[in-house]
Amino acid sequence: MQFALLIFESPEAFAARNADENDPYLGAWRAYYKALVEAGVYVGGNPLQPPETGTTVRLKGGKRRVQDGPFADAKEQLGGFTILELPSLDAALEWAARCPAASIGAVEVRPVSPEFKRRVTG
Amino acid sequence: MSRSEQESTHRTIERVARESYGRLVAYLSAHTRDVGSAEDALSNALVAALETWPRDGVPQNPEAWLLTTARRCFIDLVRHRQVAEASEPTLALLRDESKHMTLSPEFPDERLKLLFVCAHPAIDPAMHTPLMLQTVLGLDAARIAHAFLISPTTMGQRLVRAKTKIRDGGIRFEIPRERELPQRLDAVLEAIYAAFGIGWDDMAGVDQRGRDLAEEAIWLARVLLQLMSGEAEVHGLLALMLHCEARRAARRGPDGRYVPLSEQDCQKWSRPLIAEAERHLADAASRGRNGRFQLEAAIQSVHAGRARSGGVHWNAIMMFYEQLIRITPTLGTRTGYAAAVAEARGAEAGLAALGGIDPDDISAYQPYWAVRAHLLQRLGKTPEALDAFDRAIGLTEDPAVRNFLLERRG
Repeated sequence: MQFALLIFESPEAFAARNADENDPYLGAWRAYYKALVEAGVYVGGNPLQPPETGTTVRLKGGKRRVQDGPFADAKEQLGGFTILELPSLDAALEWAARCPAASIGAVEVRPVSPEFKRRVTG
Repeated sequence: MSRSEQESTHRTIERVARESYGRLVAYLSAHTRDVGSAEDALSNALVAALETWPRDGVPQNPEAWLLTTARRCFIDLVRHRQVAEASEPTLALLRDESKHMTLSPEFPDERLKLLFVCAHPAIDPAMHTPLMLQTVLGLDAARIAHAFLISPTTMGQRLVRAKTKIRDGGIRFEIPRERELPQRLDAVLEAIYAAFGIGWDDMAGVDQRGRDLAEEAIWLARVLLQLMSGEAEVHGLLALMLHCEARRAARRGPDGRYVPLSEQDCQKWSRPLIAEAERHLADAASRGRNGRFQLEAAIQSVHAGRARSGGVHWNAIMMFYEQLIRITPTLGTRTGYAAAVAEARGAEAGLAALGGIDPDDISAYQPYWAVRAHLLQRLGKTPEALDAFDRAIGLTEDPAVRNFLLERRG
């Protein structure tokens, strides 16, 4: 079954993306990606631009509401996601613990919902 | 009662709870097999102690007080449940028992039976350690869940399920017969060592929970040793854990950096713990029955020898690993063997030993990649080494170890 690892990162972690090639955070991410692919569990995923590039849209009482930035004003923001194919939640938590963001931010593990996808995509 | 007296009462309750928890749960559940109710009853008794002891003073025999109170709660709980489940046999058993039950603190120690129940073959092996931590030591599900990297709700449900199986599945509180004893004891030892292993790996940063778990595992092994002092492997397990524990202070630099065993300052190793480990290893050896934990302890003993001689006798370590592979050809053993071969016979030979491991088994096994990376680097095979370093780094959970590997990778 598929799990999404939702990567929550601090402003410092977002800033580290612009660091030079030898930055340990970048190195850790490259290694993590390689380990996921070689273990045959990687399905897909993408990093996201920093939260201030986000724009949130809502319709309230029929009126459009557009807000700069992300929905919630939290210290750690969604920085990316990874989809993994794994036999169990236990295995997903193990991979989440190895994620470089786990020790400086947080990683939320959520099962992908194929049932709802089928209802949407037909 | 003054504030300081109250604090001392609280400390007494904590100490009695810690020392008596397993004894009381084991005793209360030995005949009814109802571990869950025994735990509930004991926690009610502990709440009662927290209420009354600071007010009325600590009773002369705190353990007997807890037992009496917990028994009363236990009967209430079972009676309550009886409405739904008709557990008359259990109640009859309790009544029968209370006839010859006095307030004497000399109630039988049933913890050994409880340990065997926790590691019973009918119970999911993944639950052996959590069950022991909870029923014998009284750790709560959330704390166990953190250590096992499982959500607290899931861990709670799995523990309840396992206890229901103990109660309803005909698992008996008994010491296994001689014929089955080695195998059953092995499961108990494995479960204790698993707790230690988690505590050992999981000591990143300032988080204390890993350390606690390693200490709890040593405590469990000491309990087991009290109850089965004639078993060589019990001595072996305790020796192994004490040897590792002796190096705790040397495993991290002042800035929290990871320090590998070969670079540890042996002045920082605990001499008393090493001496105690050696005593248990000698005791085990005198019994003339070799085993997995004694061999692992022997390997650690050779490493400890560096504090005396300044060097490591790698040929001895390699030989112990050869024996160990014959008993348990696990990934860990085979990787350790390859690392020892590399030290004794050179990096090429070490790599050849690693090559004998099935590639399907190692895709998510960090130590294999770490050893492989170091050996390739030593041989100057840079591209292959970088690749292996990446695999190791990507599989590492502990940030200190990850940083160490990132630096070595260069």
